[in-house]
Amino acid sequence: MPPFSQRKHDRVLLALTLLMLASLYAWPLLTWAPNRLLTGHALPWSRLANGWHPLLWLPGMLLLPAWALRPRRLVWLATALAAAALLAGLCGLAGAVAAEEAARTPFGRTSFGAAFWSMALLCWLTAAHCLTRLFPRHSSRSIAHLLLWAPLGLLLASGRMDELSVLKEYANRQDVFDDALWRHVQILLATLLPAIATGWPLGLLAFRRPALRQALFAVLNIIQTIPSIALFGLLIAPLAWLAQTSPWLARAGVGGIGMAPAVIALALYALLPIVRSMVAGLEQVPAAVVEAAAGMGLSQRQILLRVELPLALPVVLAGIRITAVQTVGMASVAALIGAGGFGAIMFQGLAGSALDLVLLGVIPVVALAVVLDALFSFFESLLEIRP
Amino acid sequence: MALLALALGMPRLGPLFSALYPELDRPIYQQDSFVDLLLAHIAMVLGSSVPAVALGVGAGIALTRPWGREFRPLVETAVAIGQTFPPVAVLAVAAPLIGFGVRPALIALLLYGLLPILQGTLAGLATVPAASREAAQGLGMSTRGILWRIELPLAAPVILAGIRTSVIINIGTAAIASTVGAKTLGSPIIVGLSGFNSAYVIQGALLVGLLAIVADQAFERAARRLGHWRGAGTAV
Amino acid sequence: MIEFSRVSKRYHGSLAVDALDLVVGEGQFTVLLGTSGSGKSTTLKMINRLVERDEGEIRFAGRDVRHFEPQDLRRRMGYAIQSVGLFPHWTVEKNIATVPQLLGWSYARTAARVHELMTMLQLDPGRFARRYPHQLSGGQQQRVGVARALAADPEILLMDEPFGALDPVTRAALQTEIGRIHRQTGRTVVMVTHDLDEALGLATHIVLMNQGRIEQQGTPLEILSGPASDFVRDFVGRSDIGIRLLALERVAQHTRTGEILPGEPLLSHNTLREALSAFVARRVDRLPVVDEQGCPAGTLHFSDLIDARHDAR
Ligand SMILES: Nc1ncnc2c1ncn2[C@@H]1O[C@H](COP(=O)(O)OP(=O)(O)O)[C@@H](O)[C@H]1O
Ligand SMILES: [Mg+2]
Repeated sequence: MPPFSQRKHDRVLLALTLLMLASLYAWPLLTWAPNRLLTGHALPWSRLANGWHPLLWLPGMLLLPAWALRPRRLVWLATALAAAALLAGLCGLAGAVAAEEAARTPFGRTSFGAAFWSMALLCWLTAAHCLTRLFPRHSSRSIAHLLLWAPLGLLLASGRMDELSVLKEYANRQDVFDDALWRHVQILLATLLPAIATGWPLGLLAFRRPALRQALFAVLNIIQTIPSIALFGLLIAPLAWLAQTSPWLARAGVGGIGMAPAVIALALYALLPIVRSMVAGLEQVPAAVVEAAAGMGLSQRQILLRVELPLALPVVLAGIRITAVQTVGMASVAALIGAGGFGAIMFQGLAGSALDLVLLGVIPVVALAVVLDALFSFFESLLEIRP
Repeated sequence: MALLALALGMPRLGPLFSALYPELDRPIYQQDSFVDLLLAHIAMVLGSSVPAVALGVGAGIALTRPWGREFRPLVETAVAIGQTFPPVAVLAVAAPLIGFGVRPALIALLLYGLLPILQGTLAGLATVPAASREAAQGLGMSTRGILWRIELPLAAPVILAGIRTSVIINIGTAAIASTVGAKTLGSPIIVGLSGFNSAYVIQGALLVGLLAIVADQAFERAARRLGHWRGAGTAV
Repeated sequence: MIEFSRVSKRYHGSLAVDALDLVVGEGQFTVLLGTSGSGKSTTLKMINRLVERDEGEIRFAGRDVRHFEPQDLRRRMGYAIQSVGLFPHWTVEKNIATVPQLLGWSYARTAARVHELMTMLQLDPGRFARRYPHQLSGGQQQRVGVARALAADPEILLMDEPFGALDPVTRAALQTEIGRIHRQTGRTVVMVTHDLDEALGLATHIVLMNQGRIEQQGTPLEILSGPASDFVRDFVGRSDIGIRLLALERVAQHTRTGEILPGEPLLSHNTLREALSAFVARRVDRLPVVDEQGCPAGTLHFSDLIDARHDAR
């Protein structure tokens, strides 16, 4: 099989294009329900046709044959732009149709259908596929992604999509949403900062003392193994007891349910990746470099601060990234023990079988995780030593 | 063993829990027997993990064959996005779409469980020394022979680590699946949390935690057996 | 046994092997020699079809290699490489038994063969048979690699820089071993190396390659005594250090006693360097030796001269 650069067409793009067509054929792009509690049914294509906008068919026309063109920079650039434009066009179309329907029946709800979500994913993958080839360096690629998707954010902010169900749900519960966001970030910070403050020194200690390392990792591995919901549950009793016996703790907000058990459990989970990344980071510092530094007369402290830690930094940072993403997700489970956050919205939606409400909880959690992941990845890529 | 004993013996612990929580009039969860819940929980994890292993390992193999290699970066990107989704979010979205009960839970568990297995398979196959592959080919092994007798056995420890991660996550997510109406060991926890019955919560949490640890230990043992040819000192 | 006629291979449009004509004779020890990137490995791998040629024809046992199933072809040829490529999850005995198993040999026959090969390559079966590759030294691993290549009695043994990664002492020992195996079994061998001394010591036929073409081929003596081009002269010239070392040793140390040849003899107290001049001047590969009294003492083989240089280092 000839390597990619010699191939006349791009099988990956072909597969993505076929998947787009298949999802558009098989699933509804938008659904409509008479009110927020009923399940929606597909809006027929005829209803969508009046939104048949150049922003939709132009990029579509570009994307369809892209796979057959000889892979080169111009084609990748055009394809990435077309994918972003197509997604923006779909969002615009959805907003316009929703506004139209809203004018007709005020309580009706227009929601994104399965095809929209799969198109969003496929457009993103298409653009990512092309940008990876255009920008081999991670940091420039991140910036390209940012530029590519910024118009989508503007579209969202412009209010053109406000009549869509999820955004209506948001408008109705803006204060709840804002509280949840604040609470989620609070949980995240309250987990990460203490976990880092203990995890880094522990990692350093474990690196220097192999005996301690084994014991520490054995304990942390077991903690990591216990499912979050079980650990939350197991912390209820001892914390409730603590709050009962020492009222000042209770006054400080510690109790069987709420934020305290959530943050304690999440910090315990966070310890493993943080400690492990510190140990791994220090371990991958070449012994020769440390020896050379010692040979030049640096003290052990100086070696740590000027040689070992800076060289360990990329791995340590990756550890923080993984921990942050993990914590954002697990924090949503903490809603079950009354810690609040987006999980509360999610579970409320689940209880009412209201998909839009569930999405109002899920989307920001995923967005938060993606943003944190991208941000830390960007920092990591800045640290990459350039050849 | 301890797990089964705890599941069977939980009702006997009634006096203990009523001593701990004198204000509760029913200190032991009785809607279902703990053994039934345990079995249902295990069934759900197996029901999702077995197909996830088949699909994940299969996809990992496909992506490392000459005809599938081109798709690998794309799939890896998709998997990376997938992993920023918390498992509970997959569950929460699946339920309203598919309906409540065991089905959405199974599907959510399967989808999410795929990712670590696929990653493990890709990472594991990458550890196969190129020289071993070339030698196998040069000695006249068939492509299938190389896959089954060389590549998969050599990749097995890393693949197993992926399966282990996947199964442990699924044990936890299956517990949360009781919020979408599936009966699992999470049921006492959820019922206990909504009814302010801490005893139920502890009973469920103990069993779920123990199940996860037991499963993890089983994997640990299997991993040690699989990696015997590597000699001592496997990584953390 | 193997015939190349006008065989070419391109990578990304540039020729790695360029219209190569080559005959590998039955029972010969053919060495493909040349600098890195000269197309040696590509040539070797086209024989067992790990690389498919683009043009020309390669015949094995009289038939085009394309007429064989690649797997059948490879099972009839042993293959050993520099990075050894032992299967890390299999014991030494299972590694050696790879091809016999593929060919469906009986358990007893396989076990006997594994035992025989381990003994032949000086690996004590009792100690090593059940070890895993990571429990062996580099030299032992390569011994297993060679044993594995020889396991099913292949009609031809293909080796790609098999000793390239070993330290000089281990390498010399394995070279001696493989030379002995070749002499004992008369098996056809094709070996790739960039090490001139290794080629001179082992080959019955050297093929010196450069940029995908053959610069010169012939016996070691022919290459040494009659370089056909500046490239060959330059390549062979690099052996100087070894040749200078020959001045340190005497013919007597390397004479094979018991063989008596006619012709003008060497003196046993001549240096090996003087002997080399005699070999090159008279274009023969063995010469009679007489002692100080003029009595026949035996024969000196050209190839022993090369071994001597390893010993001297
Ligand atoms: N798989 C390959 N893909 C691309 N080029 C290759 C490949 N294998 C070999 N080449 C090129 O072909 C030429 C000959 O390579 P090779 O036969 O390996 O040389 P040697 O074994 O003599 O060092 C070199 O220029 C090398 O870069
Ligand atoms: Mg080579």
